[in-house]
Amino acid sequence: MSVAPPLLAVEGLTKSYGGIHAVRGVSFSLRAGEILALIGPNGAGKSTCFDMLNGQNKPDSGHVRLLGEEITGRKPREVWRLGVGRTFQITATFATMSVRENVQVALISHGKQLFNLFGSAPKFDRGEAGRLLELVGMGGYADRPCGELAYGDLKRLELAVALANQPKLLLMDEPTAGMAPRERVDLMRLTAQIAREKSIGVLFTEHDMDVVFEHADRIIVLNRGALIAEGSPAEVRGNPQVQAVYLGEGLVYDARHREGASA
Amino acid sequence: MAFYVAQFLTGLASAASLFLVASGLSIIFGVTRIVNFAHGAFYMIGAYIAFTLTERLSGAFGFWGGIVLAALAVAMIGIIVEMVLLRRIYHAPELFQLLATFGLTLMVEDLVVLIWGPDDLVGRRAPGFKGAIDFFGQNIPSYDLFLIVLGPVVLGILWLLFQRTRWGVLVRAATQDRDMVAALGVNQKWLFTSVFAVGVFLAALGGALQIPRDAVHHAMDLRIIVEVFVVVVIGGLGSIVGAFVAAVLVSELNAFGILIFPKISIILVFLVMAVVLIVRPWGLFGRPEAAARKTPGLTVNPWRPLTPNERLAALAALVIAATLPLFAGNYALTVGSEIAIFVIFAVSLHFLMSVGGLASFGHAAYFGLGAYGIAFLAKMAGLPMIVCLLLGPLLGCLGAAVFGFFAVQLSGVYFAMLTLAFAQIVWSIAFQWVDVTGGDNGILGLWPSSWAASPPHFYWLALGVAALVTIALRAMVFSPFGYALRATRDSTLRSEAIGIDAKRIRWTAFVIAGTTAGIGGALFAYLKGSVFPDNLGISLSVDALVMVLLGGVETVSGAVIGAIVYKALNIWLISQTDLSKLVLGGFIMLIVVVFPKGIVGMLEMLAQRRKKASPPASPLLAKPIESAE
Amino acid sequence: MKLKVEGLNSHYGPAHILFDIGFEVGEGEVVALLGRNGAGKSTTFRSIVGLVAQRTGRIMFEGKDVSVRPTHEIVREGLGYVPEERRIFTDLTVEENLEVGRQPKRPNAPHWTREKLFALFPNLGEMKNRSGGRMSGGEQQMLTIARTLMGNPSLVLLDEPSEGLSPKIVEQMVDAILTMKKEGVSIVVSEQNLHFARLISDRAYIIERGRICFGGTMAELDARPDIRDAHLSL
Repeated sequence: MSVAPPLLAVEGLTKSYGGIHAVRGVSFSLRAGEILALIGPNGAGKSTCFDMLNGQNKPDSGHVRLLGEEITGRKPREVWRLGVGRTFQITATFATMSVRENVQVALISHGKQLFNLFGSAPKFDRGEAGRLLELVGMGGYADRPCGELAYGDLKRLELAVALANQPKLLLMDEPTAGMAPRERVDLMRLTAQIAREKSIGVLFTEHDMDVVFEHADRIIVLNRGALIAEGSPAEVRGNPQVQAVYLGEGLVYDARHREGASA
Repeated sequence: MAFYVAQFLTGLASAASLFLVASGLSIIFGVTRIVNFAHGAFYMIGAYIAFTLTERLSGAFGFWGGIVLAALAVAMIGIIVEMVLLRRIYHAPELFQLLATFGLTLMVEDLVVLIWGPDDLVGRRAPGFKGAIDFFGQNIPSYDLFLIVLGPVVLGILWLLFQRTRWGVLVRAATQDRDMVAALGVNQKWLFTSVFAVGVFLAALGGALQIPRDAVHHAMDLRIIVEVFVVVVIGGLGSIVGAFVAAVLVSELNAFGILIFPKISIILVFLVMAVVLIVRPWGLFGRPEAAARKTPGLTVNPWRPLTPNERLAALAALVIAATLPLFAGNYALTVGSEIAIFVIFAVSLHFLMSVGGLASFGHAAYFGLGAYGIAFLAKMAGLPMIVCLLLGPLLGCLGAAVFGFFAVQLSGVYFAMLTLAFAQIVWSIAFQWVDVTGGDNGILGLWPSSWAASPPHFYWLALGVAALVTIALRAMVFSPFGYALRATRDSTLRSEAIGIDAKRIRWTAFVIAGTTAGIGGALFAYLKGSVFPDNLGISLSVDALVMVLLGGVETVSGAVIGAIVYKALNIWLISQTDLSKLVLGGFIMLIVVVFPKGIVGMLEMLAQRRKKASPPASPLLAKPIESAE
Repeated sequence: MKLKVEGLNSHYGPAHILFDIGFEVGEGEVVALLGRNGAGKSTTFRSIVGLVAQRTGRIMFEGKDVSVRPTHEIVREGLGYVPEERRIFTDLTVEENLEVGRQPKRPNAPHWTREKLFALFPNLGEMKNRSGGRMSGGEQQMLTIARTLMGNPSLVLLDEPSEGLSPKIVEQMVDAILTMKKEGVSIVVSEQNLHFARLISDRAYIIERGRICFGGTMAELDARPDIRDAHLSL
C-alpha cells in the first residue's frame, strides 16, 4: 500500500557559502491546495531555500521532489515545465511589452512555440491571455505598456504569468513586499482563492505578519538555516522560541494577531 | 631551453604595457561603467607625445622625464575629454558610451596623422637600458627586464592606492553605487574625473614605455584595444589583479603562439579565451555583471506590426525605389545597390541589437565571411552566381554559429567586447593567411553572371533581396520567436522562470543575424568584384552600429532609414574629404550626445506628442522609473 | 525650524510626480511621512537631497536655501539621507562602508564616532571586517543608518527603514531611532507601517498621489480614522 506522494517534499536541504551554512537540513512538505508560509529573520536562509526549490540555486545535498519526482538541481526553466510557477521579490516582467504580451510570452513557452519564426505572436492564444488577466483582475489593462503599471498591478501581472502553464505549485518570494496594506490583503486573498479553486499548492515568504497570520494554512519558521518551528498560525504565534528570534514583542504588526490579544 | 626562457621573458616584458592599458580600462569601467574604447587612442597619443618629447629633451633625465611628462599630458587631455564629453553621457545606455568613445578614437586616428604624418616613427633607446644580457647564448634586452619588474611594481602601487587610501575606498564604493556615494557627501564629479585621469595616465604610460621596443604608428590604437579587450574578458572586467594575470597569459600565448602557428598565432589566444569563457564566463577574477542598468526613456510604447495603410506606404516606397533605373545613370545605380546591401546589413544587426538587446561590435565579421564565401565558391569551386549567392552566406552562418555560441554566454559590454575581438580574429586570419585569402591583396575578379551584370539588373537584385530580408526579419520580430527574444532582452530572470532557454534563443538570433549579414556580404562581393580583409574590419562593424543608431535603436524600422541616410552621406563624404574619420567620429559623437533617439525615434516622438498634446501626469509612473535608474 | 519644504514639484521625464509638496520639521523632532507605495515618499526625499534632476520649489535647511545645490553639498550641510533598499556597498567591509560616510565634525550636530555607533548597533561592532554582501538584511539596514550618521548630520531622512525586516529587527530599529532623537538628531521617516511610525514619531504628514493631504500630530491622526483609512488603506 503506497500513499500518494505529497505535492512538494523537501528533504534535508543543505547549502553553504564559503564556510557559512546558509541552509541546514531543511525538510518539509506541502499538499495540493495548501498555503504554506516560510518565515524567519533576515539572513535565516529563506531566499536561499526558496531559490533551491525552483533550481535558481543548487543545493549541496538534500532532495526536492514534486509529486514524487526528483527535481533537485534542475534548471529553473525545466522546473517550470514540470508545473512550478514563481513570482519574485522584486518584480521581474518584460518592461517594453504590453501586459497581454507578457502573458502571451509565457503561453508561447508553454505551447513550445519558442522557435516558431513566422507565426503571429500578437494573435497567439489571445483568448487564454485575456482569461488569465481577467482572473487576476487585470483584464482592463491588457494593452497598457507594462512599464507604466503601478507596483501592485505588476505583482498581479506576475501572478497571471506564473499561472500561464497551469502550475501545480506556486512559489512566491515576499509577494506583498513594497505594497500598501490594502493591496497586500487583496493580492493574498486573490492568491488564496485561485489556489483553492485550482488546487494549487502555494509556498510564500513574507515579513508582514498580518498577511502571514491571515492567509497561511500552516507556517514553517527558519532560523540560522534550520527549521525551528512548524504549525498552524496560532501554534507558531505562541511558540516562545519564534517570539524570541523573530516575532519580538509584537509591537509592529496588527494587534489582532498578537498572542493573547483579545480582538 | 634557453631559447624558451628568453621567449618567456619577452612575453613577460610585453605584458607590462598590456597590463598598464588594461588596468586603466578596468579602473575607468569600474567607476564610470564606461568601456572606454578610446583607451587605445590614449595609448597611441602617449606613444606619439613621448616620441616627440624624448627626441627634444636630451640625456637620461630627458628621456625618463619625457615619458612621464607624456603620460601626464595625455592624462590632462583625458580630463578635458571627461569633462566635455563623458559627463554628458554617464546616464546614456552602455552602447552609446562605447560608440561615443569609438567616435573619439576615429577622430584621434586622423589627428595623429595630421600632426605626426603617416609614417612609422622609431624612438630612442632607453638610457641605462640600451644593452642586452647574455643568457646561455640568448640575448635578452635589459629594457625588457626593466619592464618585467615594472609590471608587478605598478600592480602593487595600484593595490595600495585602492586598499589603503580614502580615495581608494571612495572609488571602490562608487564602483558599486555612484549616487549613494554622492548621497554621503562625496563630490562625484571630482571622483570620476580623477579616476578617468588615473586610467588614462596608465594607458599613456603604457604607450610611452613602448617606444624603445616598437615603432610608433597610427594603427597601434586598434591593435592594443583588441588585445586589451581580450585581456579584460579573460581576467574579468573591473579586476586589476585579473588584468595583470590575463595580460601575462595573453602575452605568453602570443610569444609562444608564434612558434606553434606562425601564420595565425592569434588562434591560440582565441582558444584560451573560449575555454575561460566556458569555465568562468565573467573572467578569471571577475564577478557576474550586476543586472544591466535599465535605459531611462526606454521605449514604453510596445511595438506593433504595420497597419494596412503603413504597409501600402512601404510598398509604394519600394515601387518608387524600383523605378530608379528608369531615370538614373549607372553611378547612381551602383550607389543604390550599395545602399540596398547596407540596408540588409543594418537590419540584420538591428534584429540582434534592438530585438535581442545584443549590441555586436563585430557584426562585419559575418558580412565579410559571406563575401569570402562567394570568393571561395566562385574562384576556387567555379560555381555559377546563383549557386554562390545561395551557398556563400552559409560561411557567415557558420562563423556566427561558432562565435555566437561563445558570445551569447555573456551580455552587455562583455558581449560587445567579445564580438569585437572575434571579428578582429577573423580579420587577422583573412589578413595573415595569405595562401588562402590573398591577405591584403584580397581576392579579385568576382563578376556577376550576365543576367545580373548590368547596373539596373544588379540594382533590382539588391533591392529585391533587401526587401525580402527586411520583410522576413520584420515578420520574425512579431513571431513567437521574436517575442521570446524580446523577453530574454527585457528580463533574463523572468524568461528563465517561464521555461525560456535564453542562451539558445540568443544563439539562434545570432545565427539568423549573421546569416543575413552574410547575404549582404555576398551581394557586396559581386557589386565590388572583389573581397578584402576590410570587408570584415572594425570600421565596417561600426558603420552598422551607426546606421542602427541613426535610424533609432528603439524602433522597428529605424535600421532601414538609418542605412539609407548614413550610407548616402558616407559615400558623399568620402568623395569630399580626406579626413573622413575625423568627420565621421565627430558625427558619431554628435548623434550620441544630441540625437540619441535617432531619426525614426524622433519622428515617433513627435507623432506621439501631437496625438496627446499633454500626456496625463500619472504619479503611478513614479515607481517603475525610479527603480529603473 | 530645521527643515522647511515649500512648493516642491518634481518630474521624471514627462511624468509630474510631486505637486506643491510642503512640510516642516522642527529642531529635534521625528516626523513621519506616510503614504502608500508610489505615493511619492521616496521621490520627496530624493528631491530634497538633489537626486531628482527636475525639481522646483524651495528647500530651506537650517535657514539656508539648498534647493539648487548639488547632492554632495546638501549632504555636507548636515542633511543625511538613508535610501530605501539599504544600498550598502557590498564589496566593502563594515569599516570601509563607514569610512565612505565620514565627514568632519559639525558644531550644531551630535558627533558620531565608530565606537559610539558600535554601541548603538552592537551587531556591527562584532563584524567590522565583514564585507557588506555577507550581512543579513537587518544588519545591512543598521549599517546604512550608521554610515549616514558618520557624516554627523543634524537631520536624517530615513526612507522606509522597516521594509523587508523581521518584526524583531524592526523593534530594534525603533530603539535606535529613539536614541538618535535623544542625541539631538532631527528625523524624517517615510513609512507604510503605521504601527512602527506611531512608536517613533511626534508628527505625521500623509502623502497621496504626489500631494500632501494631511499634517498633524500622531494623536490628531488617530482622531481621524476617515483620513487614515482613505489614504493609508489599512
